[in-house]
Amino acid sequence: MKVTVTVNGIEHARDVEPRLLLVHFLRDDLGLTGTHWGCDTSNCGACVVWLDELPVKSCTVLAVMADGRRIQTVEGLARGGRLDPVQQGFAACHGLQCGFCTPGMMLTARWLLDRDRSPTPERVREAISGQICRCTGYENIVKSILWAASHDE
Amino acid sequence: MQVPAQVEYERAASVEHAITLLRRYGPAARVLAGGHSLIPMMKLRLVQPDVLIDINRLTSLCYLNLVDGQLRIGALTRHAQLLDSRLAGDQFAILHDAERVIADPIVRNWGTIGGSLCQADPSEDLSAAFAALKGTMIIDGPDGTREVSARAFHTGPYETVVGPAEVLTEIRLPLLDGGGSAYLKVARRAGDWPVGAAGAAVWLAGDVITEAGIGLTALGATHFAAAEAEDYLRGKPASAEHLARAGQIAAESCRPVSDQRGPADYKRHLASELTSRVLRQAVSRARAIRPGP
Repeated sequence: MKVTVTVNGIEHARDVEPRLLLVHFLRDDLGLTGTHWGCDTSNCGACVVWLDELPVKSCTVLAVMADGRRIQTVEGLARGGRLDPVQQGFAACHGLQCGFCTPGMMLTARWLLDRDRSPTPERVREAISGQICRCTGYENIVKSILWAASHDE
Repeated sequence: MQVPAQVEYERAASVEHAITLLRRYGPAARVLAGGHSLIPMMKLRLVQPDVLIDINRLTSLCYLNLVDGQLRIGALTRHAQLLDSRLAGDQFAILHDAERVIADPIVRNWGTIGGSLCQADPSEDLSAAFAALKGTMIIDGPDGTREVSARAFHTGPYETVVGPAEVLTEIRLPLLDGGGSAYLKVARRAGDWPVGAAGAAVWLAGDVITEAGIGLTALGATHFAAAEAEDYLRGKPASAEHLARAGQIAAESCRPVSDQRGPADYKRHLASELTSRVLRQAVSRARAIRPGP
């Protein structure tokens, strides 16, 4: 089935099987491997991307469901060679160790900060509660997102 | 790597079109809403439809409205929309209590109310909430529209009255004066299914309970409800003793089973304790919104 999606502002058209998951479409068909493929059960959040305006777990969405929609992946966070404040925050506050959860964490963080410019630490923790990090104990991820909140323009 | 088996895909352009497609393909077709239960089940081969009928473009089914003394919720409304709805939260605090503990914020962005109900998982939270609120489900099919009480909607685990060529389109909740409601869930970790959960709605006249609704999740309650406890409360003063006794009756009337989330006796304890707690909170909320003398 023919699918046309706009990923990070660029339109892509591909012929896919209806059963193809969005995460595999992004990674294998489009070569955008910044989106990570983790638990496969919509628990871990490594595969979070934006579908239109909303972060979703792309292991639980079919590529055909995204036909005609806009997708943003971690590759689209930086603009004009300049890192998004969320990315700067993760760098400044050591918000990652192995980096596996980081793309999904950052996309959820950007979504949160677009809706709430100065979230409380509790609000940050609630926002990322559907995403798992096995390295940081979350403390530095929360710090990174709060850093980004205070450096957003 | 978990991927669904091969499946055909159709995109519905309207409710009528979805019904036409369901009739064409028969029982081997499944409606695809948010997909956050269906796709994981397809990955595990627990369900293997031949055809998916995607209804995600039917944005006319995404709404929360007050009409004729009822809150009407479109079946394709996302969990996040319900949680963000001040209208729903003001009228029925139980819905926001429940939504806050359903999965996680990202899953709530795409999972739908109607999809959760039609999945009919015995551990699904909104079924008990709608049972407590005595809601009505609106179902469209080839022969027109029919209404089914929330308490007659489920016919068993993962089974509902929705026929092979029918689509759940709306949930209606009656607004009654003097009401308050609440939901509480015990889970092992954030975003998990409940070990047990309870929801309550009470309506007061003075300090007397004129009507009560009690829903139980994952506790083996018939139709997700504790009807005996409701009968006990009706007409009684909303005293701590009566609310505690209602909890005991709810626990006696449900049939929890032991599983990896906990033993049956613990779940029965939860049924009693959670029921009396949500009743107390529902009463307290009903008193808080009642105009003063």
